[in-house]
Formats: sequence, C-alpha cells, structure tokens
Amino acid sequence: MVSILPLKLSAASAHMHGKRLLGPVSLTLGQNGLTVVIGPNGAGKTTLLRLMHGLQRCSGGALSWAVPAAEARQRQAFVFQAPIMMRRRVIDSLAYPLRLRGIGKGEARAMARASAARFGLADLLESRAPLLSGGEKQKLSLARALIIAPEVLFLDEPCANLDGRATREIETLLLCERARGTRIVMSTHDMGQARRLAQEVIFMHKGVVHESGAAEPFFAAPDTPEAAAFINGDIVE
Amino acid sequence: MSGYSEGFWGAWRLIFTFDPELYEIIFLSLQVTVSAVIIASVIGLPLGAWLAVNRFWLRRYVIAVLNALMGLPPVVVGLFVYMALSRAGPLGGFGLLFSPAAMIIAQVIIITPLIASLSHQSIRDLWAEYHDLLISMNATRAQRIRALLWDGRRALLTATLAGFGRAIGEVGAIMIVGGNIEHVTRALTTAIALETGRGNFAFAMGLGLVLIVLAIIINLAIHIIGKTERASTW
Amino acid sequence: MNLGWKTLIAAGLLASAGQAETMRMAVTTSFYNSGLSEILLPEIKLELGFDVELIVVGTGQALRLGAAGDVDAILVHARAAEEAFVSAGFGTHRREIMYNDFIFVGPPDDPAKLAEAKTAIAALQSIAMAEAPFVSRGDDSGTNKKELALWGEAGIAPEGAWYRAAGAGMGATLNTASGMNAYAFSDRASWLNFGNKGELSLLFAGDPALFNQYAYIPVNPARWPHVKNDLAMQLETWLTSEKAAGLINAYTIDGEQLFIFNATQ
Repeated sequence: MVSILPLKLSAASAHMHGKRLLGPVSLTLGQNGLTVVIGPNGAGKTTLLRLMHGLQRCSGGALSWAVPAAEARQRQAFVFQAPIMMRRRVIDSLAYPLRLRGIGKGEARAMARASAARFGLADLLESRAPLLSGGEKQKLSLARALIIAPEVLFLDEPCANLDGRATREIETLLLCERARGTRIVMSTHDMGQARRLAQEVIFMHKGVVHESGAAEPFFAAPDTPEAAAFINGDIVE
Repeated sequence: MSGYSEGFWGAWRLIFTFDPELYEIIFLSLQVTVSAVIIASVIGLPLGAWLAVNRFWLRRYVIAVLNALMGLPPVVVGLFVYMALSRAGPLGGFGLLFSPAAMIIAQVIIITPLIASLSHQSIRDLWAEYHDLLISMNATRAQRIRALLWDGRRALLTATLAGFGRAIGEVGAIMIVGGNIEHVTRALTTAIALETGRGNFAFAMGLGLVLIVLAIIINLAIHIIGKTERASTW
Repeated sequence: MNLGWKTLIAAGLLASAGQAETMRMAVTTSFYNSGLSEILLPEIKLELGFDVELIVVGTGQALRLGAAGDVDAILVHARAAEEAFVSAGFGTHRREIMYNDFIFVGPPDDPAKLAEAKTAIAALQSIAMAEAPFVSRGDDSGTNKKELALWGEAGIAPEGAWYRAAGAGMGATLNTASGMNAYAFSDRASWLNFGNKGELSLLFAGDPALFNQYAYIPVNPARWPHVKNDLAMQLETWLTSEKAAGLINAYTIDGEQLFIFNATQ
C-alpha cells in the first residue's frame, strides 16, 4: 500500500471570523518518527494539528497528502485534549470506529476486547465511558484512535489534564506505537515530555513555525532566541 | 356538593368493575395515540437530528416554523384535516374521515413539530459535544445522525413522552375528524366532552381520572428519565 | 416487540377500512342525548344486520356533513334548512319520522313568571321584559334556529347582558344555565335525560308552536356515488315501520314519553 505521507503544507493559513489563527506555514511531514509541536499558549499548536487532520479548513495556501485527501482521511486519527466520550460503554466506544467502517458487530467487539487488553482497559469493558477517570478516558481515546490502525496519529496535548502516573502510561503507549511504525504528531506544553518523546520538533510562535528540525540539535542549541527562552522555561512574549 | 362525591365514587366503581365501555374507550385512546406517537417519532426524531447537524440557509426558518407549529391550536389542525379528508376535500377519495386513521393523522400533525423541536434541542447539544470526534472518524451524515439519535435516546424518549402527553389529552382535533362515534372513534377526551355535555358526570369523571393517572405516569417517567440523564451524563 | 408496534399501527390505520357493513348518520345532539339511539341501534343491528355509526353534531354541521358527502344520511330537526338541503340536491328526499317538543326551563323563583305565560311568545317577552338571565345554544343548531325564530315572532332582538349565547351543545348549555340559575330553551328529551339539573325545573311547555319535528334525509347518491344509499333506504324503511313506532312511542324517562312517532306510510 502506498503511504499517505509525506504531508506537505505550502503557505497554509487558517482564519476564523476574519482573525488569523495560523500561518502562513510551510513544512513537510516525512515518513517516520514522532514529531512534537511546542510553543507558548496561543501559538497555534492546536490549529496546526486540526488543519493537518482536516478539522480546520485552509483559508490560504495548500495542504496535500501523497494520496487523494479522502483516502488520506481514512488512514489517520486524532486524540483531543479533552477526551470526547460517547455515551456508551467502553467496549462499544472502542468498537464504534470499526462499526463505522462496516465491520460486523461480533468482529468489532472481538477487536475492541483485544485493544482494551493492550491498553489496560480490560476490566473496564462494561463501564460507561463518561464515568471513567481522566486517565482512563484518555487511554480510551488513544485506544479508540488506534483501533483502526492509522498510519498517522495526531494528539493535541493528550496529557494536559493528567497526573504523573497517567502521563507515564500514555507516554509508554505512544513509544510502543512509534516502535510499531505509526507516524505520531503531538503537541505539548510540557518540556520534559517533549524531550522524552520527540524525534523531530516544530516550535511555533505567534501562529507561525519559528523553527523545526531534529529534536536533539534543537534542544542542544536552538537557532532563535525565542526558542532558547522557551526551552529554558522563560516567558516568551 | 353531593353531585361531586357521587360522580367521584361512581367513577371509581366504573374503573374497578372493569366497565367494558370505559375500557373500550381507554383502549381506543391508547391505540390512536400510541400509533400517532410512533409515526410522529419516526418523522420527528430524525428531522430534529437532521436539523441539528446540517447547516443550510433555510434552517433558522424551519426551526422557527417548527416552534410556531408546536403551539398550534389542535382545533385548527382538526379543521384542516377535516377539510382535506372530507369527501368534498382533496383526499376525500380515501374515505378516512370519521375513522381512527383520521384521528391518528390529526395527532401526528399536532405532535410531530413538538417531538422534532424538542429532539432538535437535545441533539444540538449532543452534536456540539460529538462534532469533532465524529468528523475526525469520517462518519457519514447518516452515521452521525444515527449515533446522535442512539446516544441521545433518553432525551429523545422524553420528547416522545411529551408528544404522548399532548396527544392523549387532546380533544379539539380528534372530535372534529373522528366524529366521536361510539365503539369506533370515541376516545377518552371526546367521551369526557360528550358525557359532561349530557350531565353524566360519573362516567365523565371516571374517564377523567384515567386521563389524570396517565398524565401522572407520563410526567413521572419524564422526570425520572431526565434525572438519571443529568446524574450520569448517560 | 417490533412486530407488536407494526401490528398496532396497522390496526390503527385499518380499523376503519375493515368494517364492511356500516353506514354513517349525522344526528343532532338533542336526539343523541335523549338516549333513544341506544334503544334503536341494537334493534337495527339485529334486524337489518348492519351498524349505524352516529356522528353527533348540531343540525347546521349535520347538514354540512351531508352536503360534503361525509355521511350517508342525516336525522335533524330544522324544517326550512332541511327543505333547502333537499332542493339543492344534497338529499334525495325528506321523510318525517317523529316529533317531540321544546320546553323552557329556569330557576325555581321564576323571576320572569314563565309558569304563568299563555304562549311561548309571551314567555319570551316576559323574559326579555324582566331581563332575566337566559342561556342560548348559540351554535346554529336546530334548537338554536327554533329559539331564534320564536324571538323573531315575539318581535324581540335578544341582546344585552342577560342574553348569553353559549356556542355549545344542549347538554353544555343546560350545564351553563344550571350553573348560572338562568332560563334556557331545550328539547324535552335532552332535558329529561340531563343528569345535572341542579335547581332548574321545567317552567313552560305545551304550546303547539314548540312542536319539534325530526326528519330523515338520505344523502343523494347522484351527487356522491360512494354513499351507501341502499343501507340508507333500508334504514328509512325500518325507521318508519310498525316496529320502530312501537319502540319510539314506548321510550320513556321518569315515566314521561319523549317522542311521538308520526311517519306516514
């Protein structure tokens, strides 16, 4: 199967009610790895992810996958900062993306059970999803996103509302998923998490990509004073 | 007032001796109203969901019209249905006037806007919650509506029960299109109107008590469903 | 479960279509409230073998239902309107069946001294003179038309705070009169069958001007081919038979005869 990557953004921008949220942004998302999007609040991290995934329309410039957009959409998934829990039991929530793709009920449930076991949700299969704890909800979101075996996984600050233990669990699962070859693009405001996970970094500031490249050199010696300040934990205006 | 207690006790006597006439009327009322509620729900629930998930320029107007129709006096609906179903009217050929089918048609027209409008409100809120997720998952329009209807089923059941409550207690429309024919189209409310007119208060009160009990059951059900929904967001 | 709902809907929709031998007759509220139909209908079912479904409305609406072809026959009591109905081609012919009479009821203290009136006209004049509360049907029914005709003969335009048009059936009008302790004009049958008389009592009756003739009119099949004219004709033959005469004349409430059979063969 032909990969949907690379994803190319050329001078892409996003507006809402006449206000510029993002761009122009030009970048290429290559075949492999884990990219972390960092930057201060309001830098446009979420908008960039939503634009890439297709939840936000390009108001200028262009965005293109290696395959037609409709096909690309089928092979990617998104995990939101605040987990969106359907009013269903865990097993049905997990099976839902498969059911949408026309997979039979029995098969979808069997796959949901296997996925729950992998994500440590096996004991919660019959629980109502909206009643889970924050960490459980985010694990369910992750499992639900990955159950369709997406080629690209977007995550928008997946650990923003979680405690240390839950964060570590999510990170472990993400590293495991990276090892399986899933292309991961996530945003975070947690520098420690960025350092632990990133192979590639996109540093955003005021709606544009300020700096991007391999993680190690970026953290060792950022090109711009803003990035350096942000890495050091200073307030970036 | 002796007439009052007389009517009151006469009513209970009729209920507990299973007066066949009384139960025939209760059964007809339920048959007509349950049929109307099912049909109105089949139309109104997806319509409400569809209006919640689609953005088109007429949408505001459609919702405004629905809300206006919600308050339509049933007797007006009855008159229009009568004119349509009358032999002299455009649908006269079907010979439906003065039949339970005519009563069902009138009730469907009365409660469909109510069910559609109430379901639209709750589906709209659920859609605001689910929007990003369902778009992200590439759910088709039909799949979105199905998910919203299923996950919002408690709120929708409440809308349906509200429709039932309005239909079962309605008299103006079904009197006109049903004709209040004994054994054929005599429902709870039309029988109450008739028996009150005849000064036959015991029978009218018996029917009234049944109607009150039905109304209480429905409202309790709505209350309980609404409460569990708030408590568990489920 | 699924099947249950479907069956229920089907039952609801088909309940009317399934019944083979029935005819529909629009009758006046006063006739229905007399209770006579409860004696006649079972006999008709027994002897003619079909159901007669009654649509109980005022004479005005009954005539309109007939004109629209929504019923197969009508049984009403408003001679002028009936003759107009037949001459307009809505009905085949008009057949007189029976009569009862109209009465005046009112409060026991009788402020207008109705009990002493000599004629119906005089009774109305004394009510108007005393401006005593009077509840009218006000619904274009046969009884209402009769009442208005009498006011006309009395040379009085009934209006003012004392004259209340209820816009309702006979029973509802009597309920209103009972609640207000007012005078009312009623047919004898509805009055005798009325269960909520309160303090009202019969104050004036017996003037031949209060004669209340019921007539039967089959709806014209030339105008509305779907009407069940054969059943309507069978019903007419039965209503004018010896058997019907016996039942009608024998019908009493509290020992009082309500209707007098007067169909001619």
